[in-house]
Amino acid sequence: MGIIDNINKLFDHRIRLGIMSILMVNEDADFNRLKELLDVTDGNLASHIKALENEAYILVEKQFIGRKPNTSYSATKLGKAEFKKHINALEKLIKKK
Amino acid sequence: MGEKDYLKDISDIKDMMNRSSRFISLSGLSGILAGVYALIGAGYAYWLVTSSDRGYLILDGQIFRLILLDLILVAFFSIATAIFLTTKKARSHKVSVWDTSTKRLLVNFLVPFIAGSVYILIILNQQKYGQTGALMLIFYGLALVNASKYTIGNIKYLGYVEIALGLLGALWPGYGFWFWVLGFGVMHIIYGSIMLAQEKKR
Repeated sequence: MGIIDNINKLFDHRIRLGIMSILMVNEDADFNRLKELLDVTDGNLASHIKALENEAYILVEKQFIGRKPNTSYSATKLGKAEFKKHINALEKLIKKK
Repeated sequence: MGEKDYLKDISDIKDMMNRSSRFISLSGLSGILAGVYALIGAGYAYWLVTSSDRGYLILDGQIFRLILLDLILVAFFSIATAIFLTTKKARSHKVSVWDTSTKRLLVNFLVPFIAGSVYILIILNQQKYGQTGALMLIFYGLALVNASKYTIGNIKYLGYVEIALGLLGALWPGYGFWFWVLGFGVMHIIYGSIMLAQEKKR
């Protein structure tokens, strides 16, 4: 136990891991930007975003740019803290072996 | 989940962070070189003015035109170096240079920068040139702070420093040239060195 406690099940997936990585270093990113970077389908991305949003790890903001709706995502304080914990736990696990 | 997966997770995270914030790596080297060009340009301008008969600058002269050309060359080489080094780096990481974050960064930088440049040209034409160095620093600093929203890294602080130097330069118009040297020359070299040290650490 101990280290394993800090491994976050929610980050145990390539796309959710990717979304968080992007939002850690970018103040925000919109849907298309995430899609372009992660190379996934709309539906797939949307469901993973939903999962992170439900845990309040990311913040969703809907707005209009001209007439086009635009949704931007950013990491919350909680999300950033959890993600850092997760990375630390991963690094410790690697070092141990 | 085995050991290999953890390793892969970590490398995925690093890869995604690097790719999504490509323009943070407006490499440290290009910062240092921009500072060096600014110092060379300033040295040439200083030599031009002090070795002339008059010993100070007036607007409608051969020397003034040379200094303007000198400035344009400094800006040109700085930008060309930054573009060249960034493109090279992007290619070695196999990412496109021209993507959404680049565009946003550029637009946010260029709006205050161009507004400032045009303003400076206008007041130069009205014979008010005492504040030119200070104004260049202030507008450049504002452009950096504005663009910094789309990068990580410390470019915001470089922007604040440039603004502060610009305001100080405005207080002491006689020393505008030296504030310019400090802001565009020395600060770029310091900032570039810090960036380079960070890049090496990674």
